[in-house]
Amino acid sequence: MNYHKFDVVIVGAGGAGLMSAMQLAQGASIAVISKLYPTRSHTGAAQGGVAAALGNQEEDHWKWHMFDTVKGGDYLVDQDAAEVLAREAIEAVYDLEHWGLPFNRTEDGKIDQRRFGGHTRNFGEGPVRRSCYAADRTGHMILQTMYQQSVKNQVRFFNEYMMLDLLINDGQACGVVALCLRDGTIHTFHAKTVVLATGGYGRAWRITSNALACTGDGMAVAYQRGIPLADMEMYQFHPTGLYKVGILLSEAARGEGAYLLNNEGERFCVRYAPTMEELAPRDMVSRFIYQEIAEGRGINGQDYVYLSVAHLGKEKIDAKLPDITDFARNYLGVEPYYEPVPIQPTAHYAMGGIPTDVDARVVMDEQNTVLPGLYAAGEVACVSVHGANRLGTNSLVDLIVFGRRAGKHIASKWLPEAEYAPLPSDPDARATEIVDGLLSRTTGETQEHIRAELRDMMMDNVGVVRNEERLQQAMAKIVELKERFNSVRLMDRSREFNTELMEVIELGNLIECSEATIAGALARKESRGAHYRTDFEKRDDVNFLSHTLAYRSETPGAPDLRYKPVVITEFQPKERKY
Amino acid sequence: MAATQGTHRVQVKIKRFQPNVKPEPYWQEFQVEVEGNDRLLDTLNKIKWEQDGTLTYRRSCAHGVCGSDAMRINGRNRLACKLLMQDLGSRISIEPMLGYPVIRDLVVDMDPFFAKYEKVKPYLINDEPAPRTERLQSPEQRERYDDTTKCILCGACTGSCPSIWANAEWVGPASIVNAHRFIFDSRDRGAAERMNILSDRTGVWRCRTIFNCTEACPRGIRVTDAIEEVKRAILYNSTEIE
Repeated sequence: MNYHKFDVVIVGAGGAGLMSAMQLAQGASIAVISKLYPTRSHTGAAQGGVAAALGNQEEDHWKWHMFDTVKGGDYLVDQDAAEVLAREAIEAVYDLEHWGLPFNRTEDGKIDQRRFGGHTRNFGEGPVRRSCYAADRTGHMILQTMYQQSVKNQVRFFNEYMMLDLLINDGQACGVVALCLRDGTIHTFHAKTVVLATGGYGRAWRITSNALACTGDGMAVAYQRGIPLADMEMYQFHPTGLYKVGILLSEAARGEGAYLLNNEGERFCVRYAPTMEELAPRDMVSRFIYQEIAEGRGINGQDYVYLSVAHLGKEKIDAKLPDITDFARNYLGVEPYYEPVPIQPTAHYAMGGIPTDVDARVVMDEQNTVLPGLYAAGEVACVSVHGANRLGTNSLVDLIVFGRRAGKHIASKWLPEAEYAPLPSDPDARATEIVDGLLSRTTGETQEHIRAELRDMMMDNVGVVRNEERLQQAMAKIVELKERFNSVRLMDRSREFNTELMEVIELGNLIECSEATIAGALARKESRGAHYRTDFEKRDDVNFLSHTLAYRSETPGAPDLRYKPVVITEFQPKERKY
Repeated sequence: MAATQGTHRVQVKIKRFQPNVKPEPYWQEFQVEVEGNDRLLDTLNKIKWEQDGTLTYRRSCAHGVCGSDAMRINGRNRLACKLLMQDLGSRISIEPMLGYPVIRDLVVDMDPFFAKYEKVKPYLINDEPAPRTERLQSPEQRERYDDTTKCILCGACTGSCPSIWANAEWVGPASIVNAHRFIFDSRDRGAAERMNILSDRTGVWRCRTIFNCTEACPRGIRVTDAIEEVKRAILYNSTEIE
């Protein structure tokens, strides 16, 4: 057995994982496991910015940011967590600047800030400049800066190791088991602390902004080990994905003044959201687009509308939006200086995930019972700061604030008292069974159709608009796909750098995440945030002002569901208007 | 929008290396039906998922920002996810990047590349106490090093450099790009250390201004210019020279 022992094992080398590593690099033995090289992590694809009420451009307050986060999340946000998010965003952004992050600057040398969807002054009066940014590659800069600091702090990385199992013993997390892609060996990491920072699962949908690596590995592994997944039905479709390709065109474009146009050349958002216009929250703008298309106002009668930046002028486009305009040129052959860009909503972000408290500790039930030694931060987690709909720029805030809090809590509260829980007997038995099973099976179908059918089904039935019938069909499909997946066959049976093996394990993880998503969506008979049901069009605070907790059961398609109340401190739920 | 209708057939010739099957690399041809606006990466996925699951390459973001899928395509280092089939003709050849040890098929060992990157101290060096808020930097100071902040560490530049092919000890263009990013950052105090590292025999002077790196960079970084700026800074012992 390949055995490693560390105080802390962090799984995932994106913003959240590296931010927690930064807090721990001095004084604890830590390892960061990544199935990629760290700089390939999907944090690097984030574009528009990171919100913090610095007030560099105009008056702003963390409490306004907190309010916007709560309202943007359609009141499913835990308000104690939203307060932490908005308050600590400020110091976390200054940390990044001190580590060298090359933010755009104001004339007087401060961090520049711009508008973003759902971010307002004075509790909804109008847009505010809150997003700190570095052109339209803010995530790239965060990832690079964090990696640079990891190099400086000599963090130990296990690159291209894929987590296969989470070890829990004596009621405490005690490690993970991972596959070394390069030689196919199985490694057991014994640890006092495990931090899951593995990101989201957008690859479950056909049209997505997410990297091929975004396959919900942390969520699926936790779910299979009895940890609930919270609010998985809350999945965000970003309004402006490049048509058919799904690549993200940042909300920063609209923050800088871009328009959305229908086939009549009308700025239709103005009709739906007279105050915030194109800068209404993403769930709403995605539905506006859906509605326009449904009523025949898509471009050429097709399922897309236009994003227009041409009126901003070349200079502003080149200075503020260079990458996304390149995407339009490169992938659609459209010149954004002169032409509008075809866009459609694209599967983008999981508001749900592994439930945690504000210190990023994983909690197991309605009473928030902590599982000692296990932490989760970033998109894999559900604190919940995003509720039913995340505001633009709040994902990067989530990474840095809760990645940081995880690290700080581990360093100051957990490690001083923690002991290693003993490993269970045969700790790598389950992981070995998965790998050996796949490598030895010689009959059955290959992965391709299972993957394609999953992604089509999720796109058609679990998208921007949902209803009972479609969701029932979706769950029936999950049961079928699980059955077929159990006999999936590899074409590649070698151990060395077997990326087909990795892909098939990822596909299994996507199916698990999808099951929890559909179960939550079926049971939530209301419309709230990103979860919109044509058969229950209103929000129902009497019955559903609560978080879904989905526990995997042995019966495919039938997880157990429980509910946990939302934490409300300051802002009573109101109807959302923008 | 440039509309591309229908599919067409292409021949993709790939240099394979399957050490547990054959000790030597070999070429293999695949016939694939593609659409004009498919990415080359989509075509590789199609081959892998439908024809040959053993075909091995790295990929993640699929839109040119993560740097996983750098490979030698029709003789040039490119990202497979940034190329559309309509721009590639009907016969395409793909090899692993030169200058790196090959692990399997198009997957090369990036560890030496990252070791060289680490050598140039690619992180902000400044021991002065940080202010309560941000360190100030004017838009002009920020602009000074903007180009080199775009690097995604894909390795395309380094793998296209004849000086690397000749001498594997050389730090290579990507490391210098990342040194440049800090040397010209007004907040940084480590320029002298880095310039010292880069002035030795494995440093900037092995650059022969061939410009392959600039042509290979998928982010459009003016790599050779950046190297020249570092050379000048070393030569004049100053980062102020324009």
